[in-house]
Amino acid sequence: MQAVPPEPDMVQLLTPEGVRVEHPDYPLEITDDEIQSLYRDLVLVRRVDTEAIALQRQGELGLWASLLGQEGAQVGAGRALRPHDMAFPTYREHGVAWCRDVDPLVLLGLFRGTNLGGWDPADNNFNLYTIVIGAQTLHAAGYAMGIVRDGAVGTGDPDRDTAVLAFFGDGASSQGDVNESFVWAAAENLPIVYSCQNNQWAISAPVTTQSRVPIYHRAGGFGFPGVRIDGNDVLASLAVTRKALDQARAGLGPTLIEAYTYRMNPHTTSDDPTRYRLAAETETWKLKDPIARVRAYLTRHAHVGQDFFDAIDEESEQLAEHVRAGCRALPDPDPLSVFEHVHVELTDELREQRDAFAAYLDSFEEVPA
Amino acid sequence: MTTVTMAKALNEGLRKALDDDPKVIIMGEDVGKLGGVFRITDGLQKDFGEARVFDTPLAESGIIGTAVGLAIRGYRPVCEIQFDGFVFPGFDQIVNQVAKMHNRSTGKIRMPITIRIPFGGGIGAVEHHSESPEAYFAHTAGLKVVSCSNPSDAYWMIQQSIRSDDPVVFFEPKRRYWAKGELSDEPYPLHKARVVRPGREATVVAYGPLVATALEAADADGHDLEVIDLRSISPLDTATVIESVERTGRLVVVHEAAVSHGVGAELAARVQERAFYSLEAPVLRVGGFDTPYPASRLEEEWLPTVDRILDAVDRTLEY
Repeated sequence: MQAVPPEPDMVQLLTPEGVRVEHPDYPLEITDDEIQSLYRDLVLVRRVDTEAIALQRQGELGLWASLLGQEGAQVGAGRALRPHDMAFPTYREHGVAWCRDVDPLVLLGLFRGTNLGGWDPADNNFNLYTIVIGAQTLHAAGYAMGIVRDGAVGTGDPDRDTAVLAFFGDGASSQGDVNESFVWAAAENLPIVYSCQNNQWAISAPVTTQSRVPIYHRAGGFGFPGVRIDGNDVLASLAVTRKALDQARAGLGPTLIEAYTYRMNPHTTSDDPTRYRLAAETETWKLKDPIARVRAYLTRHAHVGQDFFDAIDEESEQLAEHVRAGCRALPDPDPLSVFEHVHVELTDELREQRDAFAAYLDSFEEVPA
Repeated sequence: MTTVTMAKALNEGLRKALDDDPKVIIMGEDVGKLGGVFRITDGLQKDFGEARVFDTPLAESGIIGTAVGLAIRGYRPVCEIQFDGFVFPGFDQIVNQVAKMHNRSTGKIRMPITIRIPFGGGIGAVEHHSESPEAYFAHTAGLKVVSCSNPSDAYWMIQQSIRSDDPVVFFEPKRRYWAKGELSDEPYPLHKARVVRPGREATVVAYGPLVATALEAADADGHDLEVIDLRSISPLDTATVIESVERTGRLVVVHEAAVSHGVGAELAARVQERAFYSLEAPVLRVGGFDTPYPASRLEEEWLPTVDRILDAVDRTLEY
């Protein structure tokens, strides 16, 4: 089965060949230095992904959900956020995590199985990964309701006005929660931007299983604008998300952005895409790679020299080592820790279970190695 | 001491909670201008404004899911689910998000959310308006589940639940909304059961709507029955029940929910584990049958009544 072909109305600011193009609605003033910085993000994020897959193959991670192919959509969206904005990811937004300065090692815990997430969303204004498909879009709407009640929208003060960026996939667009979130956002004019990472495949189901119309068209029925971008174009993602977030902070309400991209890898390391899609399709998308086009632009049009690319490669090696060594050093949790955070305070009945379990564990004799 | 209906007591408790903490907000279907279909939130929007007491779109998953986001932002949401049978579209958000977020974040995010659910039968309603789904929630780690049986507990327990930094599913016995009682000056611990009628021959445990029925049974019977109002379904105050059973040797657990896999089953298991040698007879359960809640013309027969409770008491005493 083929995924639906791209629509001609995608916003694109950098072609797959690396040529800058203008869009009347989304002018982007950006320096070549800033594009170099985006290139660095893209390369490093892909390297984290590559290392995580390798760690899974070596048995160091139980599972990994690869973002390969979606770096442009994610980095563009992530770099459009201001520090006090809040992001609600799925479990694949490693590129957004990177832009929020979340150490990649923090993400590995739940894939290694040493915790279920464990980070504090307030540290980087990056919510915990959410595994139930689409559930986080309602959390994002609720958070935006809090922003409104805090008077942190439409004041004109850039340090105060706050927006929420909620991620979900093409599969999630069928979920009731996502549609309910749209209802809330529209009815209450919430400061929220939805980033639908349409990577064409919900495990084995193509996007035609989810929708008869392009996903961004759905927004119109709810009463707010929708726009489709070339999800492999980091500049389009940056420009469109930035404008939508500006509007949200100004009190102009929600926007749905459909980032039209492609999941180059299996759904997770446990998946086998040869059972449901043709290699030819993946090959076509290789030609639209989000990193190659930025490199082509930098080389041909910005005349960036080899030194820059060598330096990024060197940094990439160091990051890879940090991920490898850090992953292996993640401590196994104490069996008794399962009781610790069920409630704010341990209840008497859980204390009884914990003590009984501790006594049981202690009842085993130490066997010399 | 003031005498009020349970509905008024809940209304006053919510009002106090809104007064005490500016982060408390009340959200749900028809809770604003209308004051809720049972008028529990009557007048609160008028006094506290539309930002703090507000009608939501008609979608239960959305109500709970947005409450999660509000809690992450530092708010203390009180969600009203209009009727017991309508909670299920929000079940995923309650079980997978509300209950698990604190644990998932290793204690870094708190979910101080109260989910109010009018529950139980006896009001002649249509389908989905008379159910007792408490066991589903009690079976879920991370949730606390309570039920009030009288106006005073309603007044205090709703405030304690809202103040709780853990999520609480708060079951309100809708057929007792109009029963009157006096408000006590002091709260009682939220998760502690209470002996509401001391007795020596058998222990009858109930909660929510059936506490009044159990008390009526105790008054009607020639036997000296001890009646315990469980109040908290999770955590379960096993100690108070055990202490009673060690004196009486006999236990009957009563609830409207179906008996299989229910609160009574859990209590029976705990009592036989911890007070086996105190038991003079098997623990008996009186509850709903393992059928869907019946059409309302049958509910008087279907629901546990004074006579069905006394029948079980007779059987345990004759054992």
